Amino acid sequence: MAPHSIPGFDPSPMRNAAHWRRSEYVFWLLPIAAFFAFDEQLTLLSQIAITALFTLSLDLILGYAGIVSLGHAAFFGIGAYAAGLMATNGWGDPLLGLLVAGLVAAASGFVTSFLVLRGADLTRLMVTLGVSLMLFEAANKLTHITGGVDGLQGIEMKPIFGHFSFDLQGKTAYIYSMVVLFLLFWIARRVVNSPFGLSLRGIRLNVQRMPALGAPVNARLVGIYTMGAAYAGIAGALLTQTTQFVSIDVLNFSRSAELLLILVLGGTGSLYGALLGTAVFMTAHHLLSGINPQYWQFWLGLLLVLVVLFARDGVMGGLGAIGKRLPGAAI
Amino acid sequence: MTATYALQTRNLVKRFGGFVATSDVTLNIASGARHALIGPNGAGKTTLINLLTGFLEPTSGTVILKDAEVTRLSQHQRVKRGLARTFQINRLFAEMSVLESVTLAVCERRGIGARWWNPVGSHVEAIDEAAALLQQLRLIDVAYHQTKSLAYGKQRLIEIALALAAKPSVLLLDEPAAGVPTSESRELFETIAQLPRDVTILLIEHDMDLVFRFADRISVLVSGSLVAEDTPQLIAKDKRVKEVYLGEALDG
Repeated sequence: MAPHSIPGFDPSPMRNAAHWRRSEYVFWLLPIAAFFAFDEQLTLLSQIAITALFTLSLDLILGYAGIVSLGHAAFFGIGAYAAGLMATNGWGDPLLGLLVAGLVAAASGFVTSFLVLRGADLTRLMVTLGVSLMLFEAANKLTHITGGVDGLQGIEMKPIFGHFSFDLQGKTAYIYSMVVLFLLFWIARRVVNSPFGLSLRGIRLNVQRMPALGAPVNARLVGIYTMGAAYAGIAGALLTQTTQFVSIDVLNFSRSAELLLILVLGGTGSLYGALLGTAVFMTAHHLLSGINPQYWQFWLGLLLVLVVLFARDGVMGGLGAIGKRLPGAAI
Repeated sequence: MTATYALQTRNLVKRFGGFVATSDVTLNIASGARHALIGPNGAGKTTLINLLTGFLEPTSGTVILKDAEVTRLSQHQRVKRGLARTFQINRLFAEMSVLESVTLAVCERRGIGARWWNPVGSHVEAIDEAAALLQQLRLIDVAYHQTKSLAYGKQRLIEIALALAAKPSVLLLDEPAAGVPTSESRELFETIAQLPRDVTILLIEHDMDLVFRFADRISVLVSGSLVAEDTPQLIAKDKRVKEVYLGEALDG
């Protein structure tokens, strides 16, 4: 109990703000259901899980801290190559690969954060874009390490925990990707609900006020940028390990741009928005490109314009609006 | 022995290109004072506040907080040393609840703003402290309202709440009643007047009624220079001050 309670004031909504809601438990049952319902589509589902983790990593820096980036694929690519090179050099243990990829990407994020945080939005867009372009061309040039445009081949992964080997149907890959996604989501959820996470929201909502509260803004931004880079690196490593191949496309600009699109579609600043946005986008991509492989991006473009104009907070905003109309429902 | 002066400047100068916004200002604010800074529009009052808080860096001169020079310290470092401010134009967290905003400020003061594992809700003392502050400022009824949904007068109180959450020993209030209807501004000043005496207050305000009722010391800034500093009674009689204000009244 509080040492002194204030009449008419109930602190419990604030104290319990981070409690898990029923809708969240339901949400996490979906990947389990999908495993059984779509067992022919496990490769696609793994891709969704991996991309969801990647979107989550951008959401941490853009949705929560307000740092815009057009080059987030840089960290995805660094993680992908780190895991690939580990495996081709005889360290094929998946978890060790994830760890190293995460650390290498985090270190790259930490170093580049000082460049990114110097400027305002436009500068940040250009610096992140510039860094990722340089990395792409470096990977393109260093063919003896990366394989260049042919990609990095000869990756052989050992079984997870020395026991669960990657199968052709993609069962292990899906469960592995999904478990990693869930664990990192769980950590991210703790971080955004912590005082640190609250201070990031403060920075996004009013960056000029924060120093007047005694908050060192840049230190906080360096922290989240590093964390976002680590998450992106782990997502990249997952892609390498589950496909046993690294294409130079992991560093492609279009990957960064598509990521931004997915996040806006899902709704920035909500972790579930990042996950739902990815699921909706990739499913739509799969279905639309099946119907019309040449022009599917037309529908994607239309969807994006409609979301930005009429549903500012994306899928999550739409669900929230529906939730408000249904009594007793909480998203 | 405690410092006689809570906040001082020595020969403070700020130039923007050829324009001198602050000209050789030497200001001494006694500990526990209710000190007002007045002057016509464009006199450089907000620039001076920005120099004191570290938002701007002076061209030359020094800022001294409780006997320690802080001229080169960043804003957040000065806040840690007990110097807090409010803004003339609200700088709030529009999409946070009032309680979240103030809890954020309390967490920063308590030095737990970078804790990244346990949820804000588990830092019970910080929330209780924020709630107590909201009660003190009569904001407790709107604790869970979104900041942007509140009337302007209430938002001005949140400005003050965020500054008080820093538990400042020196509080700079930059036109706290700006844009607030007269009826509400009285209430606002009652709240300010009730702050503990060990908090030194430097107030910028246009409403002379409020200034003369509130302040025990007044400095007058004109074109970036201090032209007078005295008790309200003597300032009211000061020829130079009358000239400045009558001149302005005739112009405007």
